Amino acid sequence: MEKTQNNKAWFLVLPVLIVVAFSAVIPLMTVVNYSVNDTFGQNDFFWNGLGWFEEMISSDRMHAALGRQVLFSAIILAIEVPLGIFVALNMPKKGFWASFCLVLMALPLLIPFNVVGTIWQIFCRPDIGLLGRGLTNIGIDYNYTNDALDAWITIIVMDVWHWTSLVALLCYAGLQSIPQAYYQAAKIDQASRWSVFRYIELPKMSGVLLIAVLLRFMDSFMIYTEPFVLTGGGPGNSTTFLSIDLVKMAVGQFDLGPAAAFSIMYFLVILLVSWVFYTVMTTLDAQETK
Amino acid sequence: MMKNRASLITMTIYLLFLLIPIYWLINMSLKTNTEITSTFSLVPNKLTFANYVTILTDPSWYMGYVNSMIYVVLNTLISITVALPAAYAFSRYNFMGDKHLFFWLLTNRMSPPAVFALPFFQLYSSIGLFDTHIAVALAHCLFNVPLAVWILEGFMRGVPKEIDETAYIDGYSFPRFFIRIFMPLVASGIGVAAFFCFMFSWVELLLSRTLTAVNAKSIAATMTRTVSASGMDWGVLAAAGVLTIIPGALVIYFVRNYIAKGFALGRV
Repeated sequence: MEKTQNNKAWFLVLPVLIVVAFSAVIPLMTVVNYSVNDTFGQNDFFWNGLGWFEEMISSDRMHAALGRQVLFSAIILAIEVPLGIFVALNMPKKGFWASFCLVLMALPLLIPFNVVGTIWQIFCRPDIGLLGRGLTNIGIDYNYTNDALDAWITIIVMDVWHWTSLVALLCYAGLQSIPQAYYQAAKIDQASRWSVFRYIELPKMSGVLLIAVLLRFMDSFMIYTEPFVLTGGGPGNSTTFLSIDLVKMAVGQFDLGPAAAFSIMYFLVILLVSWVFYTVMTTLDAQETK
Repeated sequence: MMKNRASLITMTIYLLFLLIPIYWLINMSLKTNTEITSTFSLVPNKLTFANYVTILTDPSWYMGYVNSMIYVVLNTLISITVALPAAYAFSRYNFMGDKHLFFWLLTNRMSPPAVFALPFFQLYSSIGLFDTHIAVALAHCLFNVPLAVWILEGFMRGVPKEIDETAYIDGYSFPRFFIRIFMPLVASGIGVAAFFCFMFSWVELLLSRTLTAVNAKSIAATMTRTVSASGMDWGVLAAAGVLTIIPGALVIYFVRNYIAKGFALGRV
């Protein structure tokens, strides 16, 4: 649509600006302030320059947490995106069963994060859980509280359980917008199932798929509550992701300076990746409407 | 026929995968603690509603639900109210810095709550809003307002501009046009945006736990406290979990026909 040039539109944006600035800019400035100061207590701060940043950039603890975080997000995207597409392709197209599937699939999305952790805790514990007990009974040594690999598998399965539906619902919405005529034309051309997917369905889904990848990347990179409830970051530090480490540092040990420097770098990483996604997205969007 | 059967099997397996953990939670909530720890059964041997009774009669439990509902509704109202005019501006006008502003808004959706937890605590303490519902509602605006603007802008782009112009020619003032004509046109968009605001505010734990202590304590925070205190009361924990699923399930049921459409149009 043609847009009119009108700087008075700023007045309409003003409420949003005030609300978001209040809850984003002020706290962010506080974080920046902490990141360049050191304290001996009693609110006695002195300038520390970029010391905390240097310390954090070379800290093994941060490297390890970042490594785990990147690995986690990569695994999550590699599983959830193809699985979500696959599920969306198999969903009923309309009628009662379509709504039935939609409602059931949306259910995990609306469960509070800590309850998701609780559900999986109850489900997987070797003493009381269906899965934990079941696996032990058939002779598989499974204990997510002691074994790092088991903990990772459990957290990944939990996240797949929690969020695959989001990808599937987005893809389903994309598929719904394909006119029936496209399929008929493909049938006349005797296109194989694969080429229908590759040349009709995938391009039509690309827009929503990018949104799905963006949302899943952001949220998996910020994941805090579910692993915190399920494993508390353990065993050892094996499932301590960036957010968990950050909260431990800021609230648990009250190391404000390093935590703030850490926060800012964390934020910048997310910002950078999201900016890349966003640019790709809007460019594609512009190409489509041409 | 072959394809349909394969689809049926895939969907059945996937839905079972989604439902079995929930089933186990419900199963646990209907057992006594001794039965949970001593025996292993797929259905409760001795059906008990004692866990639910505990929650529904103890104010420290059920007030958690009330508090959560209050700040979620407040947050949804604030988010939608401020997002509506902004989304209109983004969908209709070019103005100085509009693209930068839009991306800046989105970055707030991307910022990890963990980064903001401590500053929020200090900010709201210093202005005397700590442990109030409005504090949590405002804090959740951080990620819900950008999302609402994003969704609503998508819907508003679909409304032809001629409608605005006709209304102005007919002598409508801007506020009157906006409320009487424009808002009904994007009603489904408002519904979808409200749904997502509700959802993300309802499921968030970290900020709501950091910003509340007693008077506005959310259900999520109540649950974490009870887990650590006095051993593991699995039955009550499971029952509390089941009760948190219910509002979400109700909301989904009411918007089921809009979900797919909302996802596509709203570009969420």
